[in-house]
Amino acid sequence: MAEEITIPGWKKWLEDIGEQVSFFIRFIKNIFVGGFEWSEFVRQCYEIGYRSMMLVGITSFIMGVVLILQLRPTLVEFGAASMLPKTLSVSFVREIGPVIIAIICAGKIASSIGAELGSMKVTEQLDAMDVSGANPLQYLVVTRILATTIMVPFLSVIGDVIGLFGGFLALNLRDHISLSLYATKVLASLDYTDFLPAFIKTIFFGLAIGFVGCYKGFHSSKGTESVGLAANSAVVTASLWIFVIDAIAVQITSLLFYK
Amino acid sequence: MEEKEAVAEPKEKKTHDKNEVVIEIIHLKKSFGSKDVLKDINLTVHSGENVVVLGRSGQGKSVTIQCIVGMLIPDGGTLKVFGEEVADLNDKELKELRMKIGFLFQSGALYDSMTVRENMEFPLTRVLKLEDQGEIDKRVEEVLEAVGLAEAIDKMPSDLSGGMRKRAGLARTLIIKPEIMLYDEPTTGLDPITSREISQLILDMQKRYKTTSIIITHDMECARITADRVVIMDDGEYIAQGSFDELHKSKNKLVQSFFKDIS
Repeated sequence: MAEEITIPGWKKWLEDIGEQVSFFIRFIKNIFVGGFEWSEFVRQCYEIGYRSMMLVGITSFIMGVVLILQLRPTLVEFGAASMLPKTLSVSFVREIGPVIIAIICAGKIASSIGAELGSMKVTEQLDAMDVSGANPLQYLVVTRILATTIMVPFLSVIGDVIGLFGGFLALNLRDHISLSLYATKVLASLDYTDFLPAFIKTIFFGLAIGFVGCYKGFHSSKGTESVGLAANSAVVTASLWIFVIDAIAVQITSLLFYK
Repeated sequence: MEEKEAVAEPKEKKTHDKNEVVIEIIHLKKSFGSKDVLKDINLTVHSGENVVVLGRSGQGKSVTIQCIVGMLIPDGGTLKVFGEEVADLNDKELKELRMKIGFLFQSGALYDSMTVRENMEFPLTRVLKLEDQGEIDKRVEEVLEAVGLAEAIDKMPSDLSGGMRKRAGLARTLIIKPEIMLYDEPTTGLDPITSREISQLILDMQKRYKTTSIIITHDMECARITADRVVIMDDGEYIAQGSFDELHKSKNKLVQSFFKDIS
C-alpha cells in the first residue's frame, strides 16, 4: 500500500487559485464558442434581476431613511441642514448604495447559484450534461455570470433611486422639502465622477458574485453537506471580493477624479 | 456569440458486425490517492453484447465505465472505444465519442429545473443541434412512448416516482440514439417489481436501438434478465466471466457468494 500523501495548506491554496484562474479562462472562452444560450440567459436575468428587486428596494429605502435620520442631528448642529440632500446623494451613489446592494446580492444570488450548481453536482446532473456531450459551462456558468454582471449594476441604479427617495421621505418627517426641490438639490450635487466610477465598480461586483457562486457550486464535493458549504462559502468569498474590488476602485477613482 | 461548433448529428447508425470489438480494455489501472481502485482490468465487449459487471459496493465497478466515457483518466493500461484510445482524444474528438455513448446514472440525473419534455429536448438541441421543432417533438414523443412515459411529458422530475425517473433518464440517454449504453446501477433503490420492469426495459431498448451495453449492478435479477455475459469484479480485477448460467454453476467461492440466493 502506498504511503498517504498530505498536501500542505499553502499548496492547496495555490492549487485553488490555479483552479479559479483556469475556470475563469474557460468561462471567457465559452462566451465566444459553441453558440450562446439566449433563453437561459434571459431566464437568469429574470431570476437574478427581477426576483431580487423587492429585496434591493426595501433595503435601499431603509438605508436612505436611516442615513438621513443619522446625519440630520450632526448637520443641524453645524447649521448645515440644507446640505442633507447633497451629503446623502454623494455618499449613497458613490459608496453606500453600490456596496450595500452588492452585499445583499452576494447573500441572495451567490448563495443561490452556489447551492443550485452544488446540488446539480451531488445529483450527477452536471456529470450527465458533460457525458452527453453538452457543455455545462456554456449552459450554466456563462449565462449566470453574464446575468449577474449585467443585473447587479441595474439593481444598484434602482437601489440608488429608491434609497434617495427614502431619504426624501425621512427628511420630510422633521423638515418640509418639496420633491422637486429635493430632486434638484440631489441632481445638482452629483456629476458623472460620482455616478460613473460607482456604476463601473458594480459591473465588477456582479462579475465577482456570479463567478464565485458558479465556481463554488461547480467545485463542491459530492455529498449533501457540500451543498450548504458551497452556498455558505460563495457568500463569504463574494462578500470579501466586493470589499477588495471596492478598495481598488476607490484608489483608482481617487487618482483619476478627486485629486 | 452565435458561432456554432461544427458537431454534426451522427449519420444513420452504422451496423456493426457481431464480432466487431466495440470496447477493448487491457491492464487498466486507476488509483485515487493511495487507494488502487482498478488494479488490472481486462475486458473486451463485442457489438450488440450486453455485459453485466457484478461486484460488491466500493470495488470500483463504476470507475471502469467512467473511464470509458472519459470522465476519469486511467493511470495505466489501454482503453479503446471503437478502436480509439480514449485518453488520447482531444475535446472535440471526446465530444464526438460521447455522442455515440449513452450513460444512465444511478439517480437518473434528470435536470430538475426542466420538465420531462425539456429534459428530452436538451440533448437534441444542445448536442445534436436540431432546430426543426417538428422533428424534435416527434423524437421526444417516440422515445417517451418507448419507455412508457408518454403521459408524464409535461411533469417536473420532482413529480415522478423513482422508477419513472429512471425511465425518463433512460429515454433522455436513448434519444440521441447511442451505439453504446453504460448503465450505472440502474435498479438501485427500486422495489423488486419496478427493478424487474427496468431490467426488462433495458433489454427491450437494447433490442430496439441495437446498442452494445455494459451494466454495472449488484442486482442478480437484473443480471439474469439483461446479461449475455456476466463479469465478476473483486479487489480491482475481473476474477470470472461467463454466461449467467455458467457462473451460477461455478465452484469459485466468491462467485458462488453472488449466486447463493438464486435458485
